[in-house]
Amino acid sequence: MANAYTNIVRDGLWDNNGVFSMLLGMCPTMAMTTSATNGFGMGLATAAVMAASSLLVAAFRNAITQEVRIPVFILIVATMVTLVDLAMNAWMHELYKVLGLFIPLIVSNCLPLARLEAFAAKAPIVPAFLDGLCMGLGFTIALTAIGAVREIAGSGTLFADASLLFGPFFKFMELRLLPADMGVLMMILPPGGFLVTGLLVVVKRLLDLRAGKEIQMSGAHAVA
Amino acid sequence: MKEYALMMIGAALVNNVILARFLGLCSFMGVTTRIDTAAGMGLATTFVITVSSMADWAVQTYLLAPYGLGFLRTVTFILVIASAVQFTELTVRKVSPSLFQMLGIYLPLITTNCAVLGVALLLVESHMNFLASTLFAFASSLGYSLVMVIFAGLRERLALAPVPRLFAGPPIGFIVASLLAMAFMGFSGISTG
Repeated sequence: MANAYTNIVRDGLWDNNGVFSMLLGMCPTMAMTTSATNGFGMGLATAAVMAASSLLVAAFRNAITQEVRIPVFILIVATMVTLVDLAMNAWMHELYKVLGLFIPLIVSNCLPLARLEAFAAKAPIVPAFLDGLCMGLGFTIALTAIGAVREIAGSGTLFADASLLFGPFFKFMELRLLPADMGVLMMILPPGGFLVTGLLVVVKRLLDLRAGKEIQMSGAHAVA
Repeated sequence: MKEYALMMIGAALVNNVILARFLGLCSFMGVTTRIDTAAGMGLATTFVITVSSMADWAVQTYLLAPYGLGFLRTVTFILVIASAVQFTELTVRKVSPSLFQMLGIYLPLITTNCAVLGVALLLVESHMNFLASTLFAFASSLGYSLVMVIFAGLRERLALAPVPRLFAGPPIGFIVASLLAMAFMGFSGISTG
């Protein structure tokens, strides 16, 4: 049993990473990674929604019939998103203002829905919750990584404004790695998002290849 | 009249839904392997975005805003969009069975295309009147279709190109999209809408 849980954790965080392996949830991945801080915040919000909605779907899995499952899933996700949206507006207002439109858009992020359909709808409560949480944390790792690369290349800082968005405790994370005028502005603009994501997918393939694993050549092409 | 035209150009080209706002990327990477499916998907999405934006505008103006139900916006909008998609599916099946065959699985998935919800939410924030918001939604979705077709054309050529093994598939797609986004940045400055 412990082994199954380890697999769920490893799958979510790395092997089957939502962004780098399955290529799901691309919109916030590109839009909210102009800095590592934004990526981290966006990832955590998504992880909270995924963990909560996986738990709910697993709890009601015997009551949800096959025909109406997709609308039910979407409504559950939409409710969780509304809760996160209101909570962030109240307690993390600075971060809420930065993420803006992309908090309600977690509803139409394919990653939560894909995990509900593929895992939570058929699993007991505990593994489903763990899967939602770990997939969400894997998403957070990916977004933070993309954000870090873009931020370092674009403005020379790392985790800038972390203390402003998360609270004064996170002041120690703010770093300046390059002088202020060394940044390549393009990396923060939209083209940089596509470029860095593409290159990091290649990096993950390279690491998997080094580890002697079979690399996945195709992403989740069928998901719109 | 002039400000409407400028706003539409701004929505379609300058603040392109895919390349500048990053909405609808799943379908952008998913269904652009052939030009005809990309065009069909663009057409269906254009219809859904326009219809659901009109419905969402009415819901927001006459239901959510007067009764202070703003917190129900996400849930209501996604329901309106799901119904609009169902409606589109029925219409397409009646009007053009061949297009229905071609789009197949992708039609119901328009519900989770964030471009649809994204445009509707953008409209709520911008407080436009009915005509302006309908035109904005229509222009945004035209921009979406345009980029889908261009990218599908690029990928058809890319399928024949010798790509390094590690870059095959999505990574090279992202890099091409990055170049396309750079090209579209040339439009900035035409309009600020």
